[in-house]
Amino acid sequence: MDHRSSIEINTEWDIVAARQLGRNEAKSTGFGTVDQARITTAISELARNIYLYAGKGKIEIEPITVGQRTGLLIIASDEGPGIADLQKVMEDGYTTSGGLGAGMPGVKRLMDDFRIETEVGVGTTITATKWLH
Amino acid sequence: MAMNEVMRKSISDNIDTITKRWVEQMKGNSSERFLDLMPASIVETTSREFTELMTSNLSDQEKVDKERLDEFTEKIIHFGWSIKFINRAIDTFSSVVYELFYENGILNDGNLRKGVSIFANWINPLRESIIEEYSTKWERTDSLQKIALQELSASLIPVFDKISVMPLVGTIDTERAKLIMENLLEGVVKQRAEVVLLDITGVPVVDTMVAHHIIQAADAVRLVGAKCMLVGIRPEIAQTIVTLGINLTDFSTTSTLRRGMQKALQMTGRTIVEEE
Repeated sequence: MDHRSSIEINTEWDIVAARQLGRNEAKSTGFGTVDQARITTAISELARNIYLYAGKGKIEIEPITVGQRTGLLIIASDEGPGIADLQKVMEDGYTTSGGLGAGMPGVKRLMDDFRIETEVGVGTTITATKWLH
Repeated sequence: MAMNEVMRKSISDNIDTITKRWVEQMKGNSSERFLDLMPASIVETTSREFTELMTSNLSDQEKVDKERLDEFTEKIIHFGWSIKFINRAIDTFSSVVYELFYENGILNDGNLRKGVSIFANWINPLRESIIEEYSTKWERTDSLQKIALQELSASLIPVFDKISVMPLVGTIDTERAKLIMENLLEGVVKQRAEVVLLDITGVPVVDTMVAHHIIQAADAVRLVGAKCMLVGIRPEIAQTIVTLGINLTDFSTTSTLRRGMQKALQMTGRTIVEEE
Protein backbone atom coordinates (compact mmCIF):
# COMPACT_ATOMS: atom_id res chain seq x y z
CA MET A 1 0.00 0.00 0.00
CA ASP A 2 1.32 3.41 -0.94
CA HIS A 3 1.56 6.12 1.62
CA ARG A 4 0.08 9.57 1.34
CA SER A 5 1.93 12.49 2.89
CA SER A 6 0.16 15.69 3.68
CA ILE A 7 1.19 19.25 4.46
CA GLU A 8 -1.08 21.93 5.82
CA ILE A 9 -0.69 25.29 4.10
CA ASN A 10 -1.13 28.20 6.49
CA THR A 11 1.90 30.42 5.97
CA GLU A 12 4.23 31.29 3.14
CA TRP A 13 6.85 28.99 4.62
CA ASP A 14 4.51 26.01 4.36
CA ILE A 15 4.84 26.39 0.59
CA VAL A 16 8.54 25.67 0.97
CA ALA A 17 7.78 22.66 3.16
CA ALA A 18 5.27 21.31 0.61
CA ARG A 19 7.61 21.52 -2.33
CA GLN A 20 10.48 20.10 -0.31
CA LEU A 21 8.28 17.09 0.41
CA GLY A 22 7.31 16.97 -3.27
CA ARG A 23 10.91 16.98 -4.38
CA ASN A 24 11.79 14.14 -2.01
CA GLU A 25 8.80 12.06 -3.08
CA ALA A 26 9.57 12.71 -6.76
CA LYS A 27 13.16 11.67 -6.22
CA SER A 28 12.25 8.46 -4.42
CA THR A 29 9.60 7.62 -7.03
CA GLY A 30 12.40 7.70 -9.59
CA PHE A 31 11.83 10.93 -11.51
CA GLY A 32 14.80 12.64 -13.19
CA THR A 33 15.95 16.16 -12.39
CA VAL A 34 13.79 17.84 -15.04
CA ASP A 35 10.61 16.13 -13.88
CA GLN A 36 11.59 16.75 -10.27
CA ALA A 37 11.78 20.46 -11.09
CA ARG A 38 8.41 20.28 -12.88
CA ILE A 39 6.70 18.54 -9.97
CA THR A 40 8.28 20.85 -7.41
CA THR A 41 7.27 23.92 -9.37
CA ALA A 42 3.72 22.64 -9.84
CA ILE A 43 3.40 22.06 -6.09
CA SER A 44 4.79 25.52 -5.47
CA GLU A 45 2.12 27.06 -7.71
CA LEU A 46 -0.71 25.04 -6.17
CA ALA A 47 0.41 25.75 -2.62
CA ARG A 48 0.81 29.44 -3.37
CA ASN A 49 -2.69 29.61 -4.82
CA ILE A 50 -4.04 28.10 -1.62
CA TYR A 51 -2.07 30.61 0.45
CA LEU A 52 -3.08 33.59 -1.72
CA TYR A 53 -6.73 32.89 -2.41
CA ALA A 54 -8.02 30.49 0.23
CA GLY A 55 -5.75 31.40 3.14
CA LYS A 56 -5.37 27.81 4.19
CA GLY A 57 -5.69 24.32 2.86
CA LYS A 58 -3.53 21.30 2.29
CA ILE A 59 -1.29 19.59 -0.21
CA GLU A 60 -1.25 15.81 -0.34
CA ILE A 61 1.33 13.81 -2.22
CA GLU A 62 1.06 10.10 -2.99
CA PRO A 63 3.07 7.73 -5.15
CA ILE A 64 0.58 5.66 -7.17
CA THR A 65 0.62 2.63 -9.43
CA VAL A 66 -2.05 2.04 -12.05
CA GLY A 67 -1.47 -1.08 -14.10
CA GLN A 68 2.03 -0.85 -15.44
CA ARG A 69 2.37 2.83 -14.77
CA THR A 70 3.90 4.49 -11.75
CA GLY A 71 3.40 8.12 -10.94
CA LEU A 72 3.01 10.81 -8.36
CA LEU A 73 -0.40 12.12 -7.41
CA ILE A 74 -0.78 15.62 -6.01
CA ILE A 75 -3.98 16.81 -4.40
CA ALA A 76 -4.39 20.46 -3.46
CA SER A 77 -7.54 21.16 -1.53
CA ASP A 78 -9.00 24.13 0.27
CA GLU A 79 -12.27 25.39 1.62
CA GLY A 80 -11.77 28.83 0.15
CA PRO A 81 -13.98 31.00 -2.03
CA GLY A 82 -13.87 28.62 -5.02
CA ILE A 83 -13.29 29.66 -8.61
CA ALA A 84 -16.13 31.51 -10.31
CA ASP A 85 -14.83 31.52 -13.86
CA LEU A 86 -12.92 28.34 -14.43
CA GLN A 87 -12.34 29.02 -18.11
CA LYS A 88 -10.66 32.34 -17.42
CA VAL A 89 -8.42 30.86 -14.72
CA MET A 90 -7.07 28.39 -17.25
CA GLU A 91 -6.21 31.17 -19.72
CA ASP A 92 -2.63 32.32 -19.91
CA GLY A 93 -2.16 35.79 -18.51
CA TYR A 94 -5.35 35.98 -16.47
CA THR A 95 -4.66 37.15 -12.93
CA THR A 96 -6.56 38.70 -10.06
CA SER A 97 -3.54 39.17 -7.82
CA GLY A 98 -1.25 41.17 -10.09
CA GLY A 99 0.91 38.13 -10.80
CA LEU A 100 1.89 36.70 -14.16
CA GLY A 101 -1.28 34.67 -14.58
CA ALA A 102 0.69 31.64 -15.67
CA GLY A 103 0.13 29.54 -12.57
CA MET A 104 -2.88 27.32 -13.32
CA PRO A 105 -2.35 26.79 -17.05
CA GLY A 106 1.31 26.33 -16.21
CA VAL A 107 0.57 23.56 -13.70
CA LYS A 108 -1.61 21.83 -16.27
CA ARG A 109 1.28 21.85 -18.73
CA LEU A 110 3.83 20.79 -16.11
CA MET A 111 1.79 17.74 -15.09
CA ASP A 112 0.29 14.92 -17.20
CA ASP A 113 -3.23 14.69 -15.78
CA PHE A 114 -5.01 17.65 -14.31
CA ARG A 115 -8.49 18.05 -12.87
CA ILE A 116 -10.24 20.85 -10.98
CA GLU A 117 -13.34 20.51 -8.88
CA THR A 118 -14.59 23.79 -7.55
CA GLU A 119 -17.71 25.33 -6.18
CA VAL A 120 -18.14 28.98 -5.28
CA GLY A 121 -18.29 29.38 -1.53
CA VAL A 122 -17.37 25.76 -0.86
CA GLY A 123 -13.80 25.30 -2.00
CA THR A 124 -11.49 23.91 -4.61
CA THR A 125 -9.78 20.58 -5.08
CA ILE A 126 -7.14 20.16 -7.73
CA THR A 127 -5.85 16.72 -8.61
CA ALA A 128 -2.75 16.42 -10.76
CA THR A 129 -0.62 13.43 -11.71
CA LYS A 130 2.81 13.05 -13.26
CA TRP A 131 3.61 9.66 -14.77
CA LEU A 132 7.01 8.06 -14.83
CA HIS A 133 7.82 7.38 -18.49
CA MET B 1 9.08 22.91 61.10
CA ALA B 2 6.81 24.32 58.42
CA MET B 3 5.26 21.77 56.12
CA ASN B 4 7.14 22.94 53.02
CA GLU B 5 10.43 22.68 54.93
CA VAL B 6 9.58 19.10 55.86
CA MET B 7 8.81 18.41 52.24
CA ARG B 8 12.05 19.98 51.07
CA LYS B 9 14.09 17.94 53.51
CA SER B 10 12.32 14.75 52.52
CA ILE B 11 12.97 15.43 48.85
CA SER B 12 16.66 16.09 49.35
CA ASP B 13 16.95 12.97 51.53
CA ASN B 14 15.22 10.88 48.86
CA ILE B 15 16.52 12.56 45.74
CA ASP B 16 18.02 9.32 44.41
CA THR B 17 14.77 7.41 44.80
CA ILE B 18 12.82 10.24 43.20
CA THR B 19 15.17 10.48 40.26
CA LYS B 20 15.10 6.75 39.75
CA ARG B 21 11.32 6.50 39.87
CA TRP B 22 10.98 9.52 37.62
CA VAL B 23 13.19 7.96 34.94
CA GLU B 24 11.29 4.67 35.18
CA GLN B 25 7.89 6.30 34.81
CA MET B 26 9.04 8.55 32.02
CA LYS B 27 10.39 5.55 30.14
CA GLY B 28 7.11 3.74 30.67
CA ASN B 29 4.87 6.29 29.01
CA SER B 30 7.01 8.31 26.71
CA SER B 31 7.26 8.42 22.96
CA GLU B 32 10.27 10.71 23.11
CA ARG B 33 13.53 9.02 22.43
CA PHE B 34 15.65 11.09 24.77
CA LEU B 35 15.69 8.49 27.51
CA ASP B 36 16.48 5.64 25.14
CA LEU B 37 19.02 7.32 22.91
CA MET B 38 21.12 9.26 25.36
CA PRO B 39 23.96 7.60 27.25
CA ALA B 40 22.93 6.51 30.73
CA SER B 41 25.31 8.97 32.39
CA ILE B 42 23.72 11.95 30.66
CA VAL B 43 20.22 10.75 31.46
CA GLU B 44 21.34 10.34 35.05
CA THR B 45 22.84 13.84 35.45
CA THR B 46 20.07 15.54 33.53
CA SER B 47 17.40 13.81 35.56
CA ARG B 48 19.23 14.75 38.74
CA GLU B 49 19.49 18.37 37.63
CA PHE B 50 15.84 18.33 36.76
CA THR B 51 14.76 17.08 40.18
CA GLU B 52 17.09 19.57 41.87
CA LEU B 53 15.66 22.39 39.80
CA MET B 54 12.18 21.22 40.66
CA THR B 55 12.86 21.56 44.37
CA SER B 56 14.80 24.82 44.17
CA ASN B 57 11.80 27.03 44.92
CA LEU B 58 10.06 24.91 47.51
CA SER B 59 11.31 26.90 50.48
CA ASP B 60 10.71 30.24 48.86
CA GLN B 61 8.12 29.86 46.13
CA GLU B 62 8.59 33.35 44.74
CA LYS B 63 12.17 32.66 43.87
CA VAL B 64 12.77 30.28 41.04
CA ASP B 65 16.53 29.97 40.75
CA LYS B 66 17.11 32.01 37.58
CA GLU B 67 20.61 30.90 36.86
CA ARG B 68 19.88 27.24 37.32
CA LEU B 69 16.71 27.53 35.27
CA ASP B 70 18.62 29.25 32.50
CA GLU B 71 21.33 26.63 32.40
CA PHE B 72 18.86 23.79 32.50
CA THR B 73 16.56 25.03 29.70
CA GLU B 74 19.60 25.68 27.54
CA LYS B 75 20.55 22.08 28.07
CA ILE B 76 17.18 20.50 27.37
CA ILE B 77 16.73 22.54 24.21
CA HIS B 78 20.08 21.23 23.14
CA PHE B 79 18.89 17.67 23.88
CA GLY B 80 15.75 18.34 21.89
CA TRP B 81 13.15 17.98 24.63
CA SER B 82 9.80 19.15 23.33
CA ILE B 83 7.33 21.25 25.29
CA LYS B 84 5.11 18.21 25.55
CA PHE B 85 7.94 16.19 27.04
CA ILE B 86 8.75 18.93 29.54
CA ASN B 87 5.14 19.10 30.62
CA ARG B 88 5.02 15.37 31.09
CA ALA B 89 8.32 15.47 32.96
CA ILE B 90 6.86 17.98 35.41
CA ASP B 91 3.63 16.01 35.83
CA THR B 92 5.51 12.78 36.38
CA PHE B 93 7.79 14.48 38.87
CA SER B 94 4.94 15.80 40.95
CA SER B 95 3.13 12.47 41.01
CA VAL B 96 6.33 10.67 42.04
CA VAL B 97 6.89 13.16 44.87
CA TYR B 98 3.25 13.00 45.87
CA GLU B 99 3.37 9.22 46.20
CA LEU B 100 6.60 9.41 48.16
CA PHE B 101 5.13 11.91 50.61
CA TYR B 102 2.23 9.55 51.14
CA GLU B 103 4.55 6.61 51.69
CA ASN B 104 6.62 8.34 54.35
CA GLY B 105 3.65 9.95 56.03
CA ILE B 106 4.36 13.60 55.30
CA LEU B 107 1.05 13.72 53.53
CA ASN B 108 -1.95 12.00 55.01
CA ASP B 109 -5.71 12.27 54.68
CA GLY B 110 -5.73 14.88 57.44
CA ASN B 111 -3.42 17.47 55.87
CA LEU B 112 -4.21 16.79 52.24
CA ARG B 113 -5.83 20.17 51.62
CA LYS B 114 -2.80 22.05 52.86
CA GLY B 115 -0.47 19.73 50.98
CA VAL B 116 -2.30 20.28 47.70
CA SER B 117 -2.09 24.02 48.14
CA ILE B 118 1.65 23.88 48.76
CA PHE B 119 2.01 21.70 45.71
CA ALA B 120 0.06 24.14 43.55
CA ASN B 121 2.04 27.14 44.73
CA TRP B 122 5.22 25.28 44.18
CA ILE B 123 4.82 23.40 40.88
CA ASN B 124 2.76 25.91 38.90
CA PRO B 125 5.16 28.87 39.02
CA LEU B 126 7.96 26.47 38.17
CA ARG B 127 6.12 25.13 35.18
CA GLU B 128 5.40 28.66 34.02
CA SER B 129 9.02 29.71 34.42
CA ILE B 130 10.37 26.70 32.59
CA ILE B 131 7.96 27.03 29.69
CA GLU B 132 8.48 30.77 29.49
CA GLU B 133 12.24 30.38 29.50
CA TYR B 134 11.99 27.64 26.91
CA SER B 135 9.84 29.63 24.52
CA THR B 136 11.91 32.79 24.98
CA LYS B 137 14.99 30.84 24.02
CA TRP B 138 13.25 29.44 20.95
CA GLU B 139 11.95 32.83 19.90
CA ARG B 140 15.44 34.20 20.23
CA THR B 141 16.91 31.41 18.11
CA ASP B 142 14.19 31.96 15.54
CA SER B 143 14.77 35.69 15.26
CA LEU B 144 18.53 35.26 15.15
CA GLN B 145 18.11 32.84 12.27
CA LYS B 146 15.91 35.31 10.44
CA ILE B 147 18.59 37.97 10.85
CA ALA B 148 21.26 35.55 9.69
CA LEU B 149 19.17 34.70 6.66
CA GLN B 150 18.69 38.36 5.86
CA GLU B 151 22.39 38.99 6.09
CA LEU B 152 22.99 36.12 3.73
CA SER B 153 20.59 37.31 1.14
CA ALA B 154 21.06 39.59 -1.77
CA SER B 155 24.07 41.81 -1.74
CA LEU B 156 25.08 43.54 -4.95
CA ILE B 157 28.77 43.06 -5.62
CA PRO B 158 30.68 45.45 -7.86
CA VAL B 159 32.90 43.13 -9.90
CA PHE B 160 34.24 45.45 -12.58
CA ASP B 161 33.76 49.11 -13.28
CA LYS B 162 30.13 49.41 -14.51
CA ILE B 163 29.38 45.72 -13.89
CA SER B 164 27.79 44.34 -10.71
CA VAL B 165 26.58 40.88 -9.75
CA MET B 166 23.85 39.80 -7.36
CA PRO B 167 24.02 36.11 -6.49
CA LEU B 168 20.66 34.81 -5.28
CA VAL B 169 20.76 31.78 -3.02
CA GLY B 170 17.82 29.92 -1.54
CA THR B 171 14.09 30.34 -1.51
CA ILE B 172 12.65 33.68 -2.54
CA ASP B 173 9.59 34.65 -0.55
CA THR B 174 7.74 37.95 -0.59
CA GLU B 175 9.91 39.46 2.11
CA ARG B 176 13.16 38.53 0.41
CA ALA B 177 11.87 39.70 -2.95
CA LYS B 178 11.39 43.16 -1.46
CA LEU B 179 14.89 43.09 -0.01
CA ILE B 180 16.35 42.01 -3.34
CA MET B 181 14.63 44.86 -5.12
CA GLU B 182 15.80 47.45 -2.58
CA ASN B 183 19.41 46.27 -2.52
CA LEU B 184 19.47 46.02 -6.28
CA LEU B 185 18.28 49.54 -6.96
CA GLU B 186 20.29 51.11 -4.19
CA GLY B 187 23.42 49.25 -5.32
CA VAL B 188 23.00 50.09 -9.01
CA VAL B 189 22.84 53.78 -8.23
CA LYS B 190 25.63 53.73 -5.68
CA GLN B 191 27.99 51.60 -7.74
CA ARG B 192 27.13 53.37 -11.00
CA ALA B 193 26.52 50.00 -12.58
CA GLU B 194 25.51 49.83 -16.22
CA VAL B 195 25.00 46.09 -16.34
CA VAL B 196 23.68 43.98 -13.46
CA LEU B 197 23.89 40.21 -13.49
CA LEU B 198 21.25 38.40 -11.43
CA ASP B 199 22.63 34.95 -10.74
CA ILE B 200 19.93 32.39 -9.92
CA THR B 201 22.19 29.33 -9.77
CA GLY B 202 21.33 28.90 -6.10
CA VAL B 203 17.55 29.35 -6.39
CA PRO B 204 15.96 25.90 -6.08
CA VAL B 205 12.57 26.63 -7.64
CA VAL B 206 11.58 29.26 -10.17
CA ASP B 207 7.81 29.39 -10.13
CA THR B 208 5.60 32.16 -11.50
CA MET B 209 5.97 34.24 -8.35
CA VAL B 210 9.76 34.15 -8.38
CA ALA B 211 9.75 34.89 -12.12
CA HIS B 212 7.37 37.76 -11.52
CA HIS B 213 9.67 39.26 -8.92
CA ILE B 214 12.68 38.88 -11.19
CA ILE B 215 10.86 40.56 -14.06
CA GLN B 216 9.81 43.43 -11.82
CA ALA B 217 13.33 43.86 -10.51
CA ALA B 218 14.70 43.96 -14.05
CA ASP B 219 12.11 46.55 -15.06
CA ALA B 220 13.04 48.71 -12.11
CA VAL B 221 16.74 48.40 -12.93
CA ARG B 222 15.96 49.55 -16.44
CA LEU B 223 14.23 52.61 -15.03
CA VAL B 224 17.33 53.70 -13.18
CA GLY B 225 19.30 53.43 -16.40
CA ALA B 226 21.03 50.05 -16.23
CA LYS B 227 20.55 46.71 -17.93
CA CYS B 228 19.68 43.53 -16.11
CA MET B 229 20.88 40.13 -17.18
CA LEU B 230 19.62 36.81 -15.82
CA VAL B 231 22.39 34.25 -15.46
CA GLY B 232 22.81 30.80 -13.96
CA ILE B 233 19.70 29.24 -15.48
CA ARG B 234 20.06 25.50 -15.01
CA PRO B 235 18.70 23.26 -17.80
CA GLU B 236 15.80 21.90 -15.73
CA ILE B 237 14.85 25.42 -14.65
CA ALA B 238 14.92 26.55 -18.30
CA GLN B 239 12.51 23.76 -19.25
CA THR B 240 10.20 24.53 -16.36
CA ILE B 241 10.10 28.22 -17.24
CA VAL B 242 9.20 27.39 -20.84
CA THR B 243 6.49 24.92 -19.79
CA LEU B 244 5.01 27.41 -17.35
CA GLY B 245 4.77 29.84 -20.25
CA ILE B 246 6.77 32.62 -18.64
CA ASN B 247 7.94 35.16 -21.14
CA LEU B 248 11.56 36.15 -20.60
CA THR B 249 12.24 37.28 -24.17
CA ASP B 250 12.83 40.85 -23.03
CA PHE B 251 15.70 39.52 -20.99
CA SER B 252 19.26 38.90 -21.81
CA THR B 253 19.90 35.46 -20.31
CA THR B 254 22.82 33.06 -20.13
CA SER B 255 23.36 29.65 -18.63
CA THR B 256 26.40 30.55 -16.53
CA LEU B 257 27.79 33.53 -14.72
CA ARG B 258 30.98 33.29 -16.77
CA ARG B 259 29.18 33.72 -20.09
CA GLY B 260 27.13 36.50 -18.61
CA MET B 261 30.27 38.28 -17.55
CA GLN B 262 31.76 38.02 -21.04
CA LYS B 263 28.58 39.43 -22.49
CA ALA B 264 28.47 42.24 -19.94
CA LEU B 265 32.04 43.23 -20.81
CA GLN B 266 31.07 43.28 -24.48
CA MET B 267 28.07 45.46 -23.74
CA THR B 268 30.27 47.96 -21.95
CA GLY B 269 32.81 47.89 -24.78
CA ARG B 270 35.56 45.87 -23.17
CA THR B 271 37.27 42.50 -23.36
CA ILE B 272 39.68 40.59 -21.20
CA VAL B 273 43.06 40.23 -22.88
CA GLU B 274 45.73 37.76 -21.89
CA GLU B 275 49.10 39.33 -21.16
CA GLU B 276 51.92 38.48 -23.56
